[in-house]
Amino acid sequence: MTLTVLAVDDSRTMRNLLGAALSEAGFDVHLAEDGADGLQRLSEVTPDVVITDINMPRLDGFGFIESVRRDYSNPALPILVLTTESSHELKERARSSGATGWIVKPFHEDKLIAAIERVTAA
Amino acid sequence: MTQNSNDIRDMFFQECEDLLETLSEGLRQLDQQSEDVDTLHAVFRAVHSIKGGAGAFGIDSLVSFAHRFETLLDEVRTGRLACDTDVMRLFHRAGDHLSDLVAAARAGHHPQGASDDYAMGLQADLEALIAATGDDEGTEDAETEAAVGFEPVALDLSPAVPGGRGTTRYRIRFAPDAGLYSSGNDPALLFRSLGRLGTLSTTADIDAVPALEGLDWQESLIRWTLTLETEADESTVREVFDFAEGNCTLEIEREEAAKEAEAPEAAVPSLDSVLDHRAARSEEGAPEADDGEGGAAVRLDGIGGATGAEAASAGGPKASATAGSASATIRVNLDRVDRLVNLVGELVIKEAMLSQSISDAGLPAESDVSSGHEGLKQLVGELQEGIMAIRAQPVKSLFQRMFRIVRETADTTGKQVRLVTRGAHAEVDKTVIERLADPLTHMIRNAIDHGLESPEARDAAGKPAEGTLILSAYHRSGRVMIDISDDGKGIDRARVRAVAERKGLVAPDSDLSSAEIDNLLFAPGFSSKEEVSNLSGRGIGLDVVKNEIQALGGRVSITSQEGEGTTFSMSLPLTLAVLEGMVTEVAGQTMVIPITAVQETLQPGTACLHAVGRAGRFVESRGEFIPIIDLGLAFGYRPALADLDDHVLLIVETEAYKRRALIVDHIHEQRQVVIKSLEENYGRVAGVAAATIMGDGRIALIIDPEEVAGTGAGRRSPDAEISLTAAE
Repeated sequence: MTLTVLAVDDSRTMRNLLGAALSEAGFDVHLAEDGADGLQRLSEVTPDVVITDINMPRLDGFGFIESVRRDYSNPALPILVLTTESSHELKERARSSGATGWIVKPFHEDKLIAAIERVTAA
Repeated sequence: MTQNSNDIRDMFFQECEDLLETLSEGLRQLDQQSEDVDTLHAVFRAVHSIKGGAGAFGIDSLVSFAHRFETLLDEVRTGRLACDTDVMRLFHRAGDHLSDLVAAARAGHHPQGASDDYAMGLQADLEALIAATGDDEGTEDAETEAAVGFEPVALDLSPAVPGGRGTTRYRIRFAPDAGLYSSGNDPALLFRSLGRLGTLSTTADIDAVPALEGLDWQESLIRWTLTLETEADESTVREVFDFAEGNCTLEIEREEAAKEAEAPEAAVPSLDSVLDHRAARSEEGAPEADDGEGGAAVRLDGIGGATGAEAASAGGPKASATAGSASATIRVNLDRVDRLVNLVGELVIKEAMLSQSISDAGLPAESDVSSGHEGLKQLVGELQEGIMAIRAQPVKSLFQRMFRIVRETADTTGKQVRLVTRGAHAEVDKTVIERLADPLTHMIRNAIDHGLESPEARDAAGKPAEGTLILSAYHRSGRVMIDISDDGKGIDRARVRAVAERKGLVAPDSDLSSAEIDNLLFAPGFSSKEEVSNLSGRGIGLDVVKNEIQALGGRVSITSQEGEGTTFSMSLPLTLAVLEGMVTEVAGQTMVIPITAVQETLQPGTACLHAVGRAGRFVESRGEFIPIIDLGLAFGYRPALADLDDHVLLIVETEAYKRRALIVDHIHEQRQVVIKSLEENYGRVAGVAAATIMGDGRIALIIDPEEVAGTGAGRRSPDAEISLTAAE
């Protein structure tokens, strides 16, 4: 079964990288430019896992995750935080927002895939 | 790297350009309003995105610098550091350096321009400020990040051989909180990961689970005891739980592999059965997700407000439409655009040929063919304009680069300078913009170095200590004007004259107007500074600047008011593909003179003609003796003319040689011609800028008045040389 991934990042480069890496790994990839765009995409596609950046305009990663946890129909949707910041504080905040796990940038494709596999039944 | 990843790398650098622009624009806004939180966030995100992308491509120099920069920005963002002018200065410098690093990474070498010392100094300044905020998280983070490794475990997906050499048995007590489930984690998945490390047995403690009627489904009631026999070390085992950390109680104990007797007492559910449980749970918990697979859209109640509802009601096509409208620009390969530019050029020529044929055929203006052609002509014109507009870019990006030049030059000279830009949205051809960067940089450096006074001198002159440089762009009669004005001391004409005389550029007794003295600055070999300052000097003078501008079909002039300042004005063509020209006939040849060079046309009467010396002839116009050059003679089409009756004189203005009168036989018309490079198709000919194809299909040369006025075009017929020295 093809897993559907929604990747949310305001950096065009990161979206390109994620899109390429995930497509190559056989995922059905959807991209969004920021948290608000991510919420919009969630009304259009049904991802098996969401990967999101933290620092984004309009709606940041924390706000995005909180919105999804509060309102999205699937409470168990795995959401991985993609971030260059790896402080304890950030992890704490991501967790309290409802993030499932995190991937530290720069990511290797296999680590990215491994992280997705950890939180999905794939 | 694969082709694909190279493409992504290219796109990264393209994005970097945008991000650096956001950065520098943001920093300038912060100069005005340091409290602007939104701008600060935007600046932070720009640096952060560069860091993120650089990390993905392993550009370490960029990552580590961006990280320090970002850390400092974060200090300001979180209010731990006040954003005063010193900090802003540092930010600007850091922004400049970041831009250097990006450029270096793009070119694949070490940064140029900024020396290592400079980079180290900057780095040290950043570090010092980060340390001064008393929050060592930033710097420490950079160092420890790699060591501590928050990265998720690189899972070894091949199961370890159970019971093999060096296996350890771990007893794991795992009690998840409700938060574990609400964050999308799932014990079954953790167990699966553990199972991949070796042999796993799981025991569920369901004592806390009450009878169904008393069950709160949101509570986490099941605890687990796990036994894992694996070759992996404890940290690897712990890493499986790192996503669960903080949402569970976890105890991991090492047991001697020998203590095998201590088997779990309760029934041990197999991993499969646990997974079955999980499947059942997710069916109950998220039935909509299964519907989703059937093709129905999942509702996202309450999220996204109206937009969500809108998309849901409009269905699929709407979704793709919104995705499509996200970006109003597309990136197009320049080659494609240039091919179109060329084709449109051909079309313009063909149209002109058709126009000629129609007029040759003697068709009346009201005929169908003529009116059809009129419509075609209009469309071709619009098409041409449209294509040119694609190549046009606002001068904004060019102007923005100048802020940095101003900062650097101000620092080096110890002057205080404020740069103001106006009309940054004026558009010019991309190539013009690219080739304008160097001359503009030079002129700005020159204006600060030579034009503006030191703060003390300004103070003494009753001016504000901070000098102002105004960089403005505007359109004027189909060309773009770019002015650089300073409010400095103006040109010291006595000194300029003295220097020019000493260097033999002007005769000591020559009568020069103020404008002529000012223009001496552009004379080859002129440099008013005794020792060439390494700043604006750099071994080249303003004459090189002028040549570069002229090579673009532009002109540069200078005006100055003593004590009030100096203005350099550049007039540039909007496009390099077409040229407004005066079509003339010379000795049976068609020649095009760029209209920008032509000042006036004269029918020479004998009264105003003067012969000087052996071969020199001059025309007197407004009290000035202007040397006459016969184009036919200069290009070797005919011998020297005996008299100039029935000929026309075009007074052209050239930068280096002032005014010249060119003899032509007739003026046909004034029109736009498509520029065809002669150098590419034939070779360089002195005095000829390019060629064009006329309506009748004949090739006409486009004259370069500057070169014709100089010695260039005379070479082909030595006896045609016209002595110009008398006028110098």
